[in-house]
Amino acid sequence: MSTAALYNDQGAAEAAVEAGQETTPTSSSSGAAFGLFSTDFKKNEDLKEMLESNKESLKLEAMKRIVQLISKGKNASELFPAIVKNVASKNIELKKLVYVYLVRYAEEQQDLALLSISTFQRALKDPNQFIRASALRVLSSIRVPIIVPIMMLAIKEAAADLSPYVRKTSAHAIQKLHSLDPDQKEQLIEVIEKLLKDKSTLVAGSVVMAFEEVCPDRIDLIHKNYRKLCNLLVDVEEWGQVVIINMLTRYARTQFTTPWKEDAVFDENNEKTFYDSDSEDKKDQTEAKPYIMDPDHRLLLRNTKPLLQSRNTAVVMAVSQLYWHLAPKHEIGIVTKSLVRLLRSHREVQFIVLQNIATMSIQRKGMFEPYLKSFYVRSTDATHIKTLKLEILTNLATEANISTILREFQTYVKSQDKAFAAATIQAIGRCATNISEVTDTCLNGLVLLLSNRDETVVAESVVVIKKLLQTQPTQHSDIIKHMAKLFDNITVPMARASILWLIGEYCERVPKIAPDLLRKMAKTFTAEEDIVKLQTVNLAAKLYLTNSKQTKLLTQYILNLGKYDQNYDIRDRTRFIRQLIVPNEKSGALSKYARRILLAAKPAPVLESAFKDRDRFQLGTLSHSLNIKASGYQELSDWPAVAPDPTVRNVEVIDPVKEWAPSLGKAKQPKSDDKFYSDEEEKGEEGSDSSSSEDSSSSTEESGSESEKESNEESEKTSTDSGKSSSDSERSSSESEAEQKKKNTKKKNKPAAADSDSVESEAKDSSSSTESSSESNSESDSDSDSPAPQKISVKAKPKVELKAKKEVSLLDLDDFSPAPTNAPKPSVISSSLLSDLKGLSLSNVSPTLQITTSSFGPEKTHELLHHMTGKGLSAKYHFPRQPCLYQPQMVAVQLILTNTLDHSLEEIHVGDRSPASLSIHCFNTIERLEPGASVTVSMGIDFSDSTQAANFHLCTKEDQFSVSIQPAVGELLMPSTMTEPDFCKEQKKLQGMNETSATIIMATA
Amino acid sequence: MIHSLFLINHSGDIFLEKHWKSVISRSVCDYFFEAKEKAEDPENVPPVLQTPHHYLISIYRGKLFFLSVVQTEVPPLFVIEFLHRVADTFQEYFGECSESVIKDNVVIVYELLEEMLDNGFPLATESNVLKEMIRPPTILRSVVNTLTGGSNVGDTLPTGQLSIIPWRRAGVKYTNNEAYFDVIEEIDAIVDKSGTTVFAEIQGVIEACVRLSGMPDLTLSFMNPRLLDDMSFHPCVRFKRWEAERVLSFIPPDGNFRLMSYHVSSQNLVAIPVYVKQNISFLETGSCGRLEITIGPKQTMGKMVEALMATIHMPKSVLSVSLTASQGSYTYDITTKILIWDIGRLNPQKLPNLRGSLSMQTGVPKPEENPSINIDLKIQQLAISGLKVSRLDMYGEKYKPFKGVKYLTKAGKFQVRT
Repeated sequence: MSTAALYNDQGAAEAAVEAGQETTPTSSSSGAAFGLFSTDFKKNEDLKEMLESNKESLKLEAMKRIVQLISKGKNASELFPAIVKNVASKNIELKKLVYVYLVRYAEEQQDLALLSISTFQRALKDPNQFIRASALRVLSSIRVPIIVPIMMLAIKEAAADLSPYVRKTSAHAIQKLHSLDPDQKEQLIEVIEKLLKDKSTLVAGSVVMAFEEVCPDRIDLIHKNYRKLCNLLVDVEEWGQVVIINMLTRYARTQFTTPWKEDAVFDENNEKTFYDSDSEDKKDQTEAKPYIMDPDHRLLLRNTKPLLQSRNTAVVMAVSQLYWHLAPKHEIGIVTKSLVRLLRSHREVQFIVLQNIATMSIQRKGMFEPYLKSFYVRSTDATHIKTLKLEILTNLATEANISTILREFQTYVKSQDKAFAAATIQAIGRCATNISEVTDTCLNGLVLLLSNRDETVVAESVVVIKKLLQTQPTQHSDIIKHMAKLFDNITVPMARASILWLIGEYCERVPKIAPDLLRKMAKTFTAEEDIVKLQTVNLAAKLYLTNSKQTKLLTQYILNLGKYDQNYDIRDRTRFIRQLIVPNEKSGALSKYARRILLAAKPAPVLESAFKDRDRFQLGTLSHSLNIKASGYQELSDWPAVAPDPTVRNVEVIDPVKEWAPSLGKAKQPKSDDKFYSDEEEKGEEGSDSSSSEDSSSSTEESGSESEKESNEESEKTSTDSGKSSSDSERSSSESEAEQKKKNTKKKNKPAAADSDSVESEAKDSSSSTESSSESNSESDSDSDSPAPQKISVKAKPKVELKAKKEVSLLDLDDFSPAPTNAPKPSVISSSLLSDLKGLSLSNVSPTLQITTSSFGPEKTHELLHHMTGKGLSAKYHFPRQPCLYQPQMVAVQLILTNTLDHSLEEIHVGDRSPASLSIHCFNTIERLEPGASVTVSMGIDFSDSTQAANFHLCTKEDQFSVSIQPAVGELLMPSTMTEPDFCKEQKKLQGMNETSATIIMATA
Repeated sequence: MIHSLFLINHSGDIFLEKHWKSVISRSVCDYFFEAKEKAEDPENVPPVLQTPHHYLISIYRGKLFFLSVVQTEVPPLFVIEFLHRVADTFQEYFGECSESVIKDNVVIVYELLEEMLDNGFPLATESNVLKEMIRPPTILRSVVNTLTGGSNVGDTLPTGQLSIIPWRRAGVKYTNNEAYFDVIEEIDAIVDKSGTTVFAEIQGVIEACVRLSGMPDLTLSFMNPRLLDDMSFHPCVRFKRWEAERVLSFIPPDGNFRLMSYHVSSQNLVAIPVYVKQNISFLETGSCGRLEITIGPKQTMGKMVEALMATIHMPKSVLSVSLTASQGSYTYDITTKILIWDIGRLNPQKLPNLRGSLSMQTGVPKPEENPSINIDLKIQQLAISGLKVSRLDMYGEKYKPFKGVKYLTKAGKFQVRT
């Protein structure tokens, strides 16, 4: 049985005690357990009866009482057979309680637990996602090794589930299975790899958690998902954010070069602009320098910044540590305010945050100096909070603020909390050594404290004064004398020892007092503490060397006492000293040097912060908190000297066939495919070449934000269904993925036709739109509408920008129209042309229409062919709402074909169609579709502006299936941006026949 | 992550345990008890402890310790924040977070813990989501449930769990649509002996109580948003709009929630509403001391100061007090040495005064330092920073909601050194 595991925490003695209680492994370890157990036993009998009854309410009542037993840690394992029967109960609450019980005891009753497995397996197929998820949760929580294969299967299935909630649960199950059976690691990594590609914010946090637990060293899995994770981050739930941020911190330290090298150069002048996410100035500046921050590095910093405003303290801390470890030095300052804000939170939060601030404040005083007063101590603070605040105040002390701090310290010294008062004295000592201007003041203050009534205060003062005097002993014989006088009244051993040492060290300065003190010590020697005895021996030896006439006899007496002391350290020391100083015939070579040994000038101690060495740990970690490496702590690696290949993060290289998770937000039409991160590196390499495009790109951004307000309105109208709002931002934030697919599709459809010229312009264009797209993603503040306006605002900019840009028209063209290279030319006129046409009257409909690319694709897919009717081939379709690539009249449709058979399907293509006149742009015949694989293809259908269904045959090598697509009216519309008057004008021209009314709700006015 | 949770009461009994992975013996708590013993005051127990095989992270709330056991590296704040969230949830469900209440509702507590964590990783912590899955106990429901055998557990996945707005469920309906906002500010201050302010700042929160049908989209704007220096938001607030326009735009959760908390920039001078004249002295000879405290209004912006209260932690050597209060009443707890003077409303014409003698333990040296005085107070209808809500607009729904904003100023950690 697993009881062994229970004891892993205890010493052998405890284990022995508990071994007697093997029969009741969970009962409390007190002696009363046996008594309780017997009453339990009787109680359990009637519980059993209740469970056997037919009444649900009785059963429920019994289960409730059992849960109470479990919660108290009592043993209820012998009820297992009676309970496991109820696992299939219809009553949800009863079922849940049975689950609770099962998870708790399955490990102990493995055979019986197996009885319940089939119930879960059935539930895993339930149409209700909630039931599927909870079945998986329980199944994976049952720690029974036999069912590992079943769990593995269930996890794999759930990882491909349509419901993101189930997929999330599967991510959790991965960790459970891994801890149950580490041998499954390789297979689990595969599942993790799949899930990492998931675009749902719900899944992201959990899968990264699984990644951290199972294979934190497989950084290569992150590359492809890095940008996506950065962009999703704001919308992930708060716990996931913490995990992802920590993981990304580690990742970034291995992938980017250090931003800390040339800080000093642009520390002063550039601070302001760095704070804004507006990157114009930064670009110009950094370009001149050899160090250019990797755009992905910047992306991470930019996307985490808003999270500093989170209500979750753990998130704020995570972002702070990320900035601390990753941001250029001059940018770290932005976390200060937020960290100080956390000090208002609970005691425990304060504790952790103060610890981290203490570490930070050693290295960077400037960060927290303006908030000095926030660290003032209140008498109601807990002691450990007080000491931490003190630590920070000491770290922050500078010549400028030392007087304020010392005044504050004065109050603390008088505190009733004596431990704290003692800590304050230490702190004063540190300030005194660190800031030479105040050394004397501090010393005088400390001397005054020597007359304090409280012993601990006096003792601490003595110790600190000793250290201070060591730094400059020459001028302070008065103080030494004073301390010698105090000696009689001081009882704290450490303080007495300190005084003795001090007198011994400077015995030549106090020639009269020193022998007298030794005399006193000789009298009380036997009654002293060990540490005092040792120092007495030292004092005696030193005096013997300097003033042997007066002290010879005393010294011998003390050495004799020491010789027979109970403590062997003291006996040792005595023997050593005797040999060293007392000349005799056998005395070795050492005694010649006795003087030099004992009276050597000693270096002054350096008073250092206790947090000095904590920076070896990543901030915010458990290890940092304990100052000990915790198990499972992942070392933060040093910056690489040369950044590893940045192109690994380019998402395009993903094998297109391996497309995965067909359910959500399917790829959009390959319209604005140039808008894609990957080209950013290209830009970086082009160097000075690209500066002009950067100019335009940054101004693009500006104008975008300027025109944001107006475009807000427009976009609400044009993106026809933003009123439906929900879950849009999820989609848009998963854009990078979608874009990747666009790229893929584009690659397929448009094989390398572009000449060198267009490649260049494409690159330019992409760099600018990359800026804007990453921008808008980071901005999406979990708001359903905002992504759309942002997106569109970029597109809407021609109105604002055109005039200024005319001369560089090539760039403009690329910049302005989302995708000139393969946009449907006939209906949409590229924007630069549009600008030329601006003066003309806008009587004609189509040329003035500005097609807007919607920033999000609709999520809803429709069933085209069920896999039952399709003999294993299943097809789904959805409308990406992007202008069709093939012909302007066509509506773009995407098909997701999945092979559910166990053998591959061949030659999938479109067959006969009806009505025969129907024009369809078919997808290329798919030669082979592997079992379980799915593929996404796009086609164009001309619905002739009617909602008539388009019927056609979907054929495989053997079969053909008749299918039909019927578009909703909204799918036939083309999104476009127009001003309100334009809209009204167009509206008037429309005839009654064309009318369809729908209400669109706008979030903002 | 979080392996197990133990709830421990003030006297050190473990009264509830829950394990999310394999079972960990309670004996692991012994290390904690050791630390607790050493710390004397429960407030002083270090929140993070190390044992040979585990790490213990604990919080102290409402005289209870929430002690979690973790086995590997984890951000400690993550656990602490979560434990506080658990305590908050209990508070919301049962009205208070105490041993007796938890024991009475142990089944619901267990169900909640089951939903809140999966394999030690937080699953559903949003109270709206939880309330859909496990209904909070009401008297009526518990009566009905015992009669019918009904349950507190919902059987569908809460809508919030899946949507992009996890904090709000779909299909909320009210007959009276109302939205109330309380702007509550606290003054944190340290005033020294001579009455000069050593340190003062204002921390504020906006607590909201929103009962609106459907999916309303609210926009709250301020007259003077510049005052706000640093803030944190409920996840529902659109940060981007705040950055750009300084308005709070959000789809609110249903019910009570904290919309934002903020800090008023320290550059602004903080108005200290009251002054305290005190004279506490312990005589060198003899075993007594004298105490006299008078509290008067300072900068109250013409409002009435209410619920005024002074708390003094006396030195250990003060045995008893004999005082007379010109207004209100005082109590002195002999064991904790806390003197509380409950004054009530501050009357500017007749200043409240507390005077008398303290009797001290003989033979003990007089206390080094005079105890500091903690002040509590309330001022209705005033946000001391001057922050004002200018308007609240609603989009997305047709009805006209009833709107209200209330201001309140309180003393936070307001300490007068003597």
